[in-house]
Amino acid sequence: MRRKISLKPITLLLLLLTFVSYGKEQEGHGEKETEKTAKEAVNEYIQHHLKDSYDFGLFSYTTDEGKEKHVGFPLPVILWDNGLKVFSSSKFHHGETVAEVDGSFYKNHHGKIYKVDGPNGEIIEDDHHHATNEKPLDFSITKNVFLIILVFVIMFFMFSKMAKSYKKNNGMPKGMGRFLEPIVLYVRDEIAIPNIGEKHYKRYMSYLLTVFFFVWIVNLFGLVPIGMNVTNNIAVTLCLALITYVITTFSGNKNYWKHIFWMPGVPVPMKIILAPIELLGTIIKPFALMIRLYANITAGHVVLMSIIGLAFLAKNWLGTPLSLFLGFVLAILELLVAALQAYIFTVLSALYFGMAVEEHEHH
Amino acid sequence: MEIPAIVGAGLVVIGAGIGIGRIGGSAMEAIARQPEATGKIQTAMLIAAALIEGIGFAALFAVN
Repeated sequence: MRRKISLKPITLLLLLLTFVSYGKEQEGHGEKETEKTAKEAVNEYIQHHLKDSYDFGLFSYTTDEGKEKHVGFPLPVILWDNGLKVFSSSKFHHGETVAEVDGSFYKNHHGKIYKVDGPNGEIIEDDHHHATNEKPLDFSITKNVFLIILVFVIMFFMFSKMAKSYKKNNGMPKGMGRFLEPIVLYVRDEIAIPNIGEKHYKRYMSYLLTVFFFVWIVNLFGLVPIGMNVTNNIAVTLCLALITYVITTFSGNKNYWKHIFWMPGVPVPMKIILAPIELLGTIIKPFALMIRLYANITAGHVVLMSIIGLAFLAKNWLGTPLSLFLGFVLAILELLVAALQAYIFTVLSALYFGMAVEEHEHH
Repeated sequence: MEIPAIVGAGLVVIGAGIGIGRIGGSAMEAIARQPEATGKIQTAMLIAAALIEGIGFAALFAVN
């Protein structure tokens, strides 16, 4: 009896194997050519995924007739070019056609909007393949901006619900509040107070909590399969790092500036050498903050998508399950990285604020 | 033009790797010696590792 049952999975596996080998034989002719195009397609997909875009593409596919279909919805394009111009990005038809607005013509060229002469206007490129056309000022609601607004709305509802739950239950959190309270307390007790100090930490809590939850939620959104990722846009991390830099600079007290320009306790020639280094250090710190978040998230996405892309390249029974398994493991690792990067960003911001407000009694 | 930059970035990444490895190893030893201070050691370890990691990424992006 036992032997009979144990045979079943083996038979099933053998049956599956014949299917796999049959499928491979079918693709046998001209395999070299299809492999190359598959590689290019995966590469193109990764490049496309890392870029910001003017429409919200959920997925795209090719029909049996060879027509490319895109599923998603367009987002508004807002341009400043001798007056405000607002139109839907569906006018670009995914970069294939020129959009006409109030007598001006615009073309979407490799993810950037350029002005062209007429309805059949072309992008003129110089020797280095940079477009030389005029670029209007671009304030469009792109995919990244859309997600930032979405996260803003989600955070607003999350935290207003948390505040309400305190009010309703006489200081006892319920629901959303119960979930968020430990995280908020963690940011206060483990990040803000040890790094900034009991005396000043309250001033910085609002920023630290905002940046922690913003980076975390945005990173988590980057992991859902609809392909939204914001923190791998260097402009976003630049803005976050810039806010940290501005807060640090404006909250710097006498001691902070003294330690930059005239380091106490070292000989005078050393002070002169240290001053420019310390001054440069104030800029390098937020710069590293920007690069760290951006590079970690970008690297994670590229590696994850490359491993999933292997499933389409390795056409045998071993490659596809292996790539899917590795992709699964890596996705879990990325969940950790999403939280870790939010934590690191917050801790380092708190550390810099702490340096700025630190009070030295003696030297 | 390209190859020296790539080799340089590789060297920086090796250095960053050694640095993070040393931090991790020392943190392990410290935790083994004083398990009650695990939380504090982990925080310090993550901050130090993140600072070094920034240098490694800066090298990679200088090549890009």
